[in-house]
Amino acid sequence: MSNKEIWIFAEQREGVISLATLELLSEGQILAAKSGYTLCAVLLSADDSKILQELYNYGAKKVYSAVGPKLSYYQNDYYSKVVADLIIEKKPEIVLYGATSVGRSLAPTIAVMVNAGLTADCTELDFDTEQMLLLQTRPAFGGNIMATILCPNHRPQMSTVRPNVFKKNKLGDKEKGESVSVKVDLSKVKDRMRLLEETKEEVDAVDLCEAEFIVSGGRGVGSPEKFIVLQDLAKELGAAVGASRATVDAGWIAHFHQVGQTGKTVCPKVYIACGISGAIQHLAGMQSSDFIIAINKDPQANIFDVADIGVVGDLHDIVPELTSQIKALKK
Amino acid sequence: MNIAVCIKQVPDSDKVTIDRETNRLNRAGVPSVINPFDENALELGLQLKDKYGGKVTVITMGPPQAEEALRECVSVGADEVILVTDRKFAGSDTWATSYTLSLAVQKAGDFDVVLFGKQAIDGDTAQVGPGVAYFMDIPVITYVKEAEKTDTGFKVKRVTEEGYQLWEVDGKAAFTVVKEANTMRLPSLKGKMRAKSATIITWGADDLGAEDAKIGLKGSPTIVKKVFSPPIKTNRETIQNEDPKQSVKELLGKLKERKLI
Repeated sequence: MSNKEIWIFAEQREGVISLATLELLSEGQILAAKSGYTLCAVLLSADDSKILQELYNYGAKKVYSAVGPKLSYYQNDYYSKVVADLIIEKKPEIVLYGATSVGRSLAPTIAVMVNAGLTADCTELDFDTEQMLLLQTRPAFGGNIMATILCPNHRPQMSTVRPNVFKKNKLGDKEKGESVSVKVDLSKVKDRMRLLEETKEEVDAVDLCEAEFIVSGGRGVGSPEKFIVLQDLAKELGAAVGASRATVDAGWIAHFHQVGQTGKTVCPKVYIACGISGAIQHLAGMQSSDFIIAINKDPQANIFDVADIGVVGDLHDIVPELTSQIKALKK
Repeated sequence: MNIAVCIKQVPDSDKVTIDRETNRLNRAGVPSVINPFDENALELGLQLKDKYGGKVTVITMGPPQAEEALRECVSVGADEVILVTDRKFAGSDTWATSYTLSLAVQKAGDFDVVLFGKQAIDGDTAQVGPGVAYFMDIPVITYVKEAEKTDTGFKVKRVTEEGYQLWEVDGKAAFTVVKEANTMRLPSLKGKMRAKSATIITWGADDLGAEDAKIGLKGSPTIVKKVFSPPIKTNRETIQNEDPKQSVKELLGKLKERKLI
């Protein structure tokens, strides 16, 4: 018999809970209400004292907390062992992970360890109360097809879930919850990999995958220097700067910024595509954005097919004007 | 260094178009290519071989026509290529694929490193690399940009959302490779000749000693319930004026209406 629990893997980096975790807990509240299951979080850290309350505030009724010096950062062997052992012992119905660089590496390892199904990078979750199954919907082939995946005969049902898809829903500041201390025994796990150092790049830049606004440039930007026009707008909006493959291949901007099939998949609240023609590979990376604004000289550009608002015009006229009108608004 | 690279043949997304009437992919007649990220894995393998000597073995699981992709790998320098194919593998999800590939890699040799692309562009799961590594009991590092050999194993640079991490791995390892790592080299004339006559080693389920319950549909915990087209946006608004000021004014008006700013 499995335990009637939904688990959210609580991803922390340097003691800070990821946005993706808070979003997942919020969606977990809805799934818990539909299924009647208990919403729980699983936290691995070196010190949970500052984290637990936040997890309760977002709806976790119970937090399985594993604390130990080896758990301070994501190390695949240690993390997968602790979570897999816990899954085998407690038998939750559902386990969800953020589709981050951590979740998308850890979850596949756990899936084979515990013989569970895993659906990658979901953008929609629902619960079928007749069959009592999690409905996991995800884009495939670069978002041109959607597929709903089920895991009928294996438990737990596991998914990684794309950040920025679900809205955060904080219930209060002093929500009550229970923490269950997890015994950590890593003595049998070989010590065969370790993090030597970490370099954070572009510290003042907003992360594309977690950004609410993205200002993105394509070939129409014209030259590397002209990206400053987009950066100015991004600064006004608190937005991240994205780019099409064409501009990255041309060496105008670092690959770090690339949105699309061979770059990042993003889903901000607002995506502003400037001078981007809308190749299928680019659309794959951004068409699940909540709201898309396309600015392009060519009224026939493909990008307009996925846009909510299309502005036909030269980005070099429109974007600086937009920046200055937003500036004026703020005053 | 004994290097294995696992690749997947995928439809060429440059050639895929969308039928705007039905919002479905026009896949008929679309050629297949090596998954772009797997090209980066192969190139990293070839670079390791250039630097440290050894051999590059490429393994793919797929239908018989995946042979073409393997020949392309030979043309750029792969030494040995293996096709894992069997009707029994049909319907494999990432669990069953990881199991099957792990058997093939272990049968193919004793490798110092097993390389994968970050993910495949058709399924986009990124799950098979870590899965294979677990079945083989070797550590896996994902999103690798650079790798070098050390006395005890490897030192690799891993890309994260925030920047880079430097990891050290002891002994054998699996890496999934990102696009920033490199660009695959072009085939040489000699390589192309070699590709034509290259032997494709072909293995089925029995050759691998695969357990029936762990392969194909039976070995796959997940099933696809339905496939559908994403909803099309039908209510797009267009703004077009001579004066950019006017356009921006209208745009901001619409954004304010929707409480987006």
